[in-house]
Amino acid sequence: MSGTGRRWITDGNEAVASVAHRTSEVIAIYPITPSSAMGELADSWSSQARPNVWGSVPQVIEMQSEGGAAGAVHGALQAGALATTFTSSQGLLLMIPNMYKIAGELTPFCMHVAARALATHALSIFGDHSDVMACRQTGFAMLASASVQEAHDLACIAHAATLRCRVPFLHFFDGFRTSHEIATIEALDDDDLRFMVDEDLVRAHRGRALTPDRPVVRGTAQNPDTFFQAREASNPFHLATPGTVQETMDRFATRTGRRYRLFDYAGHREAERVVVIMGSGAETAEETARWLIDRGEKVGVLRVRLYRPFSVADFVSALPPTTRRIAVLDRTKEPGAVGDPLYLDVVAALAEARAAGISRLAAEPVVVAGRYGLSSKEFDPAMARAVFEELAREAPRPHFTVGIVDDVTGMSLAVEADFDIEPPEVTRAVFYGLGSDGTVGANKNSIKIIGEETGQHAQGYFVYDSKKAGATTVSHLRFGPRPIRAPYLVKRAGFVACHQFEFLQRTDVLERAAPGAVFLLNAPHGPGEVWDRLPREVQETIVARGLRLHVIDAASVARAAGMAGRINTVMQTCFFALSGVLSREEAVAKIKEAIEKSYGKRGGEVVRRNFAAVDEAVAHLHEVPVPAAATAARRRPPAVSGSAPDFVKRVTAVIMAGNGDLLPVSAFPPDGTWPVGTAQWEKRNLAAEIPAWDPKVCIQCNQCALVCPHAAIRAKVYPSDLLAGAPAGFLADDFKSNEMKGWKYTIQVAPEDCTGCTLCVQVCPAKDKTNPRHKAIDMAPQRPRLEAERESYAFFLGLPEADRTQMRIDLKSSQLLQPLFEYSGACAGCGETPYVKLLTQLFGDRALIANATGCSSIYGGNLPTTPYTTNPEGRGPAWANSLFEDNAEFGLGFRLAVDAQREQATHLLRAMADQVGERLVSGLLEADQASEAGLVEQRVRVRELKQRLAPVPGAVARRLESVADALVKKSVWLVGGDGWAYDIGFGGLDHVLSGRRDVNVLVLDTEVYSNTGGQQSKATPLGASAKFAEAGKETPKKDLGMLAMSYGHVYVAKIAFGARMNQTVQAFQEADAHPGPSLIIAYSHCIAHGYDMALGVEQQKRAAQSGVWPLYRFDPRRSAKGEPPLRLDSPPPSLDVVDYMRNEGRFRMVEKANPERFKTLARAAQREARQRYAVYQQLAGITIPRIGDEGDAAPAARPSTER
Amino acid sequence: MDLSTRYLGLALESPFVVGASPLADELDDAKRLEDAGASAIVMRSLFEEQIVREQIAAFLHTEMHGESFAEAMTYFPSPTRFVFGPEEYLDHLRRLKETVRIPVIASLNGTSPGGWLDYPPLMEKMGADALELNLYPLALDPEVSGAAVEEASLQAVREVRRAVRIPVAVKLSPFYSCLANFAQRLDTEGADGLVLFNRFYQPDIDIENLQVRESLQLSSPSELPLRLRWVAALAGRLKASLAVTGGVHNAADVVKSVMAGADAVQLVSVLLRHGAARLKGLRAELEQWMAEHEWTSLREMKGNMSLLRCPDPAVYERANYMLILQGWRGETGAR
Repeated sequence: MSGTGRRWITDGNEAVASVAHRTSEVIAIYPITPSSAMGELADSWSSQARPNVWGSVPQVIEMQSEGGAAGAVHGALQAGALATTFTSSQGLLLMIPNMYKIAGELTPFCMHVAARALATHALSIFGDHSDVMACRQTGFAMLASASVQEAHDLACIAHAATLRCRVPFLHFFDGFRTSHEIATIEALDDDDLRFMVDEDLVRAHRGRALTPDRPVVRGTAQNPDTFFQAREASNPFHLATPGTVQETMDRFATRTGRRYRLFDYAGHREAERVVVIMGSGAETAEETARWLIDRGEKVGVLRVRLYRPFSVADFVSALPPTTRRIAVLDRTKEPGAVGDPLYLDVVAALAEARAAGISRLAAEPVVVAGRYGLSSKEFDPAMARAVFEELAREAPRPHFTVGIVDDVTGMSLAVEADFDIEPPEVTRAVFYGLGSDGTVGANKNSIKIIGEETGQHAQGYFVYDSKKAGATTVSHLRFGPRPIRAPYLVKRAGFVACHQFEFLQRTDVLERAAPGAVFLLNAPHGPGEVWDRLPREVQETIVARGLRLHVIDAASVARAAGMAGRINTVMQTCFFALSGVLSREEAVAKIKEAIEKSYGKRGGEVVRRNFAAVDEAVAHLHEVPVPAAATAARRRPPAVSGSAPDFVKRVTAVIMAGNGDLLPVSAFPPDGTWPVGTAQWEKRNLAAEIPAWDPKVCIQCNQCALVCPHAAIRAKVYPSDLLAGAPAGFLADDFKSNEMKGWKYTIQVAPEDCTGCTLCVQVCPAKDKTNPRHKAIDMAPQRPRLEAERESYAFFLGLPEADRTQMRIDLKSSQLLQPLFEYSGACAGCGETPYVKLLTQLFGDRALIANATGCSSIYGGNLPTTPYTTNPEGRGPAWANSLFEDNAEFGLGFRLAVDAQREQATHLLRAMADQVGERLVSGLLEADQASEAGLVEQRVRVRELKQRLAPVPGAVARRLESVADALVKKSVWLVGGDGWAYDIGFGGLDHVLSGRRDVNVLVLDTEVYSNTGGQQSKATPLGASAKFAEAGKETPKKDLGMLAMSYGHVYVAKIAFGARMNQTVQAFQEADAHPGPSLIIAYSHCIAHGYDMALGVEQQKRAAQSGVWPLYRFDPRRSAKGEPPLRLDSPPPSLDVVDYMRNEGRFRMVEKANPERFKTLARAAQREARQRYAVYQQLAGITIPRIGDEGDAAPAARPSTER
Repeated sequence: MDLSTRYLGLALESPFVVGASPLADELDDAKRLEDAGASAIVMRSLFEEQIVREQIAAFLHTEMHGESFAEAMTYFPSPTRFVFGPEEYLDHLRRLKETVRIPVIASLNGTSPGGWLDYPPLMEKMGADALELNLYPLALDPEVSGAAVEEASLQAVREVRRAVRIPVAVKLSPFYSCLANFAQRLDTEGADGLVLFNRFYQPDIDIENLQVRESLQLSSPSELPLRLRWVAALAGRLKASLAVTGGVHNAADVVKSVMAGADAVQLVSVLLRHGAARLKGLRAELEQWMAEHEWTSLREMKGNMSLLRCPDPAVYERANYMLILQGWRGETGAR
């Protein structure tokens, strides 16, 4: 019955989720890249009432962590449901405790893992097997898929087999490479699933469930007398599992014609060299083996499908008897082990088989171990071939790596980079786009059109960079008559499109262009002039490879159609026009059909404008005659300026240029420690328009500097004589200050770091009275001002930083302090980064920051460059990210260490008072460090201490030297988003707040999981639509501030910089000054709210005015003075909540979908906001009663049992 | 007393139509208006700008960030269930139809060709008894002639007319150089009714913050005479029915409007100010006045004071202006 399935073009996540959703009753999940989409799809289908194969709609619930999801499915399974979950990486690790339980209880269950690297020296969201390998001891069966089709099929086989075996299954496939690859597959319909999943076994599972009607007890505690034997009692089930899985695979084959085996061998019948491999790499290895066999080599590939339980008999019987050499390739790393896990299993299996006499091998094989593909590192045919070649050597290396250059331990294989085995009938195309221009979306669309219309097999894979603003995307597309088995990037493309002209200045977009390829370029220049605008390198490649150049001014076409910067449909039309896969008419009709389908729900106008863009595209597409030789003198500028530090030039610049793959092992710090202050070298030039300052209109309020998310507009005050030597265009005005007469003031933009978000212009209150449209800050085109502003900015940076000891800190003066967080990769207009920047301005030179995983850890620490930087003395925030769930504890650890060191220093100082001097000791120990001046004085004392210690011999002096810096007050910050603080990390946060240690918590509250794509958190407000709350959240936002206030000793502030900047600055200062734990909850507007980020400040104001976000500060120190600790900083609500809600897409979606529900939710939100405000108002009038010893002796109410 | 009338081909039980406004935003309020004697309800206007702008903004602000970062392909639930079209308007229309028995007239405000023209058929499908097309082209562009403005408006009417079978009323502003001619052309294009005249948010200047703000003032009876003049001028000359809106505040205003030739009056300000119950009062006052003046039906008085039938048509014409102006000077003693 081969080939009966419906052809479906989809990605791995959807292919798996579609099976899991249809064969489950309960789905508990928690978002984590790259598996999030599976949970989202399941939720979306359930919310559309899509049933499973038994006609009921699966219950989908988002939990507070993966630990929670695992607990929930465990419970659901115990109560007799068919349950599933999806996860990856660290999320999977959080499930391990429950996995032991589920397996120990022999519970049929299948979970799906998009396998991903584990955070070690660094976090990585990309794919390898580190996470699943950490589960091989849990008792789960582990089934590996290598492609989208397999992931779809094996998901079904796993769900079916688990019911038969009673052993739970972990089905996994490679994160991104398979989870995010789009491919043509044959879909399993409901009848296929019903055929596979035996209802009798479902009933049997239900029959074992916990029910008061037939009660049993599980989860007993057992003692030395029984535990061991009971643990062994499950052996028969695990032993039977491989056989059962094979039977299930065979049954699947009878239905679909697609045949799978536990270990599948492909290659020469008399192969001598065999690669053993698991996951998507097997596809590449097999295709390479086939190519080698065609050239007379005796090679083969054994792919592992069922990894646990590992069936020795099936393994050895799958190997050709002629096998003499085996390379086992692991996609994980176990430092310190004899070898990585699959290798160890293979070695042990061969030994056992030999001992048991079941080995078919004619001779004892040589087995070597190779490691490849960590964190989605490419594994391509050149690498696979290198492995086969290594096996052919007289003495193959016993342990090697492939895919990198290891010049430290010399373990890596040499690879011939240009080796390519792709068949000529496969069409290959590569597209360079900007995230916001819609290139990826259009390409996904093209794949569907071609796949569906031409019957060709299609594949799409998309590479994203690490930035959120101005992100580059590279799309790799393949089309061919046969199924495409090439899970690696396109190396030689017949079609290359560059959707952004600026890319030519910094990226080698023609790197992958095959000779004679078509090169489609979007440029703001016509066919007559574009050639002269190309950098010399580009011209040379075009000439040398005989490329055919076509140009279109897509931005103009899109603009004329009213599509702003969305050039995707224009470029898509050009692709079809040039590629000839379909006739132009047919292509246009299909693109329009796709637009109608994708955007129909967006409204008629959206469709109409997209149509207009399509209609105009071809008319504006021109072929450019290519001269016989390159003519340009101008070359591509270097990635970083010549003044960058050596490390930045040697390492960072290479990564920035997209060549990180070429860096050898020796280039890297071995422990994940990286230099700070590198974002300044990455000049991204994202903004077409940048702010222009008019000193005549400016009132010097510094609000523009405060709101800037990228520290790209700054203020400085300096003596006027420093203006000597200023570049011609440098602007300055007299500083408006009574104390600093004769000083100058400048607002300066960093022209190449500004993202053009316009927040500064929006917030600027200073209007030109005669022409109020003109403000002190206006946006103006960047290009004509670039050179002058670059010079001015360099001069500005050279001006001295403000003297912190001379300032009383308020909103205005805070912005004269140097930001030690600059030019991050956050979204343009980000609502979080202004807070982070302010933190570094106020305390950066003595701050330790523990950062929870999320947006702030990504823009805070994603390579190539990092935004945290240092002041002229070399001090700056010390920043680290541990995990998502543990950040409060992690940051508390910073404080414990700092306290311990201070304690030790104190103790040692006293002990060494004679040598150090009483005066200095008492100065150091009694220092008032409440002010900047006090801090500076203390630093001077510490310096003096070190000087005095230097000549003193002995261990005590050395010890004191090493902890002396702890005598200067440190500011410890725990930074993270609402996903961390409200959900996954709440337990830890609560614990940290319950103690007395001096830590400051900054919650960047976007009210949603921003980084993973908009899933609801417990901070999501009532009425908002989010993933997992599609119809609008029904429950109010958790009042984290109130919970913290209930402790009494915690400083708590709720702030919104857009609503009251002064209060924001005050809150940070008070939090730092408060000697115990402090919590700041900061309103952070976000792209996940669905409106123009330029209006973020306005919307923050509305949030406060409507009472949705009441501003307050709860300071326990006021209690001691007999004052109410809570101070409300925003007046009673004066705006209807609905007027706040209507401005944001997240609320409007609810109104659009269901206006009546919106009304109900809006009313509830209004009630809720008013009530909370009223409660706060009452609290703000309450002083904390002082109960003396008497009061302690006589509690007001005794427990009733004592009466 | 027979207060019935025909407006847009609809048989109305009285001339009291609730004009385009938020008055019918809540179903309970709509029911109350019906109970108080409203003979039809015009829904709040769906604005072209609102439709187009929100669609494009929602499209850009949700699509723009998608597919650009490896951790998040999207940031919102998939838009399978919410539609950035006029769904909420249509949904409200449907509910309104379920709630009241009187005709419900959908209102659409737009002038240029564009995506908003998709909606008239949807409004018809959702049960609208008629459609009021609110034309308010702000002719601020000095390059665009009056003729071009009128042609664009006619084009819009033509397209809407072609798209639906239900009656189409056109609500006009008084700012046309040749209103009578334009009205006639609208009539020829198939407009089933003219509504005179729309009132709009007008800009106000915030002198403290140097900002221009929108402001809305409720109508006053002083606005009625302009309407009376034009209804009187058009009455009896067009196939289209006529409605007065703006300045109708008491029973006498209703009588004047009908006498000028209106088939219906639209009430907004008076109801916003005094609530739905005021309708009952107006109706009682009208009946009482008619009884006192021995009118038995509204039809008898309709158009008796129109330009075609009034005893002194010159008053509607230019002479009127001269007289009033002179009279006013006389009153103030400025002579």
